[in-house]
Amino acid sequence: MKRRYLLQAGLAIGGAQALALQSLWAAAASLPAKTQVIVIGGGYGGATAAKYVRMFSNYKINVVLIEPNTSFISCPMSNLVIGGSKNLTELTTSYDALSSKHGVTVVKDKVSAIDPQKKTVALQNGGSIGYDKLVLSPGVDMMFNSIEGLQAANTSGHILQAWKAGAETQALRKQLEAMPDGGVYALTVPEAPYRCPPGPYERASQVAHYFKQAKPKSKVLILDANPDITSKASLFKKFWSDNYKDIIEYRPNHKVTSVDTGMMSINFDVQEPVKAQVLNVLPSMRAGAIAVQTGLATANNRWCGINYQSFESVAAKDIHILGDAILAAPAMPKSAHMANSHAKVAAAAIVAQLSGLESNPAPYLTNTCYSYVSDKMVVHVASVHQYNAEEKTYKTVPGSGGLSSEANALEGTYAWNWAQNIWADSLL
Amino acid sequence: MHSRFHTVTLAGLLYGLLSFAAFAQDKTSESKALHARTDAAMCANCHGSEGRAVKGSAVPSIAGLPRDYMVQQMQAFKDGSRPATIMHQITKGLTEAQITSMADYFAALPR
Repeated sequence: MKRRYLLQAGLAIGGAQALALQSLWAAAASLPAKTQVIVIGGGYGGATAAKYVRMFSNYKINVVLIEPNTSFISCPMSNLVIGGSKNLTELTTSYDALSSKHGVTVVKDKVSAIDPQKKTVALQNGGSIGYDKLVLSPGVDMMFNSIEGLQAANTSGHILQAWKAGAETQALRKQLEAMPDGGVYALTVPEAPYRCPPGPYERASQVAHYFKQAKPKSKVLILDANPDITSKASLFKKFWSDNYKDIIEYRPNHKVTSVDTGMMSINFDVQEPVKAQVLNVLPSMRAGAIAVQTGLATANNRWCGINYQSFESVAAKDIHILGDAILAAPAMPKSAHMANSHAKVAAAAIVAQLSGLESNPAPYLTNTCYSYVSDKMVVHVASVHQYNAEEKTYKTVPGSGGLSSEANALEGTYAWNWAQNIWADSLL
Repeated sequence: MHSRFHTVTLAGLLYGLLSFAAFAQDKTSESKALHARTDAAMCANCHGSEGRAVKGSAVPSIAGLPRDYMVQQMQAFKDGSRPATIMHQITKGLTEAQITSMADYFAALPR
């Protein structure tokens, strides 16, 4: 009631005073009744979309970003925290610049429901906001219930995923530090598609790097549901055989069915159970719950189908979906770089539609993905995805993209600079 | 009287048509500028927002570089005459039009 009153007062006063009032509301974390663009989720996709809708509209379109976390913690580079060469603070960026520099209203809250017909978003702490355009960048949810016993094991802290950077990342590092030398760290990989295809193999490399320095009798066991390493396979295998020969063991075609925290063991559909001192189980993933509950996860009830030219949902008008949650076009990985690229194409489509401009007939996207195989050595994969208007999808250009020729330290420097530049591009 | 009325009406109509044409042209050039800006934004993930990399970045800033230099360098990456870790793989995926449009965009920005 008070908010509504303030809003009306602001409108009546108008001009500069209204602007001053508006910043006061932001400080008091109150809500506008309606804004032009709402962005749900402040990860790589959402933060970038919020900033670029403002930039591309020359700061004319109002943007509200709804995000429950106080600051952004990067998933890329978080395996280095597990390996021990970086800490979480180095991967953390505040949302402050999005509001102070770009005029985005940042609301620290979680969305409880979206009404695509009324075009409103309801917040968990109460209140709702109307929109002209909604950007949904909900990331992924872990499907804990797809593995018997995993939800309870995760809640109790016995078996971590650490696939969303934050408290679990540090907790996994602590488990590894507490593990006696001679122990086994077992990492399970779900069937593709999942967030960050090379991520599990980078993580295994990081843990092996740590064991090599601090616990040389220990082992890293990778139990992969896929028939082979899903990304940069030859590069990982070469580096492992040259550097972690007696530490890393890779086993394909291992599908986890259940976990047992009493025995600290993992059970599979075919193979014998595996026991380990530290269990890191990655279940299958799907689009964040808010997308699923709104009926936007049109593909297998897991991923969100979109119009690839504008990133608008195939199920709801004026809702644009980004990042890991989408049903990806062929050869398009679920990566941070990709989400940042999606956000720019979507932001431009939204600005064009709200300003009566023509839509981009031929957008394109880039992807680069660096993996640290030690604290300094890196391998990459890169790709370029051009929109194909006839087939209404993105296609990689023949002859473009590719891998590092081998792990190298030069790209270790570039990888860290990539992270710093994409954090700035998304949030500063 | 009649003919004067017609002249005024015609003039008004012509003015209306012309300003509509100008409006449509504005919208077209505004659209093209937005698309060029979106294409150029694909460079920002590595080279920094609006082509300005963070302090100390080994990946260089590209804002304000001379247009022809940027086109030459991207073509050199593309044909392999300039060695690279990643840019040869990226430029092979770009059209000539995208390369020149990006060079135009970054050349026009202050460093």
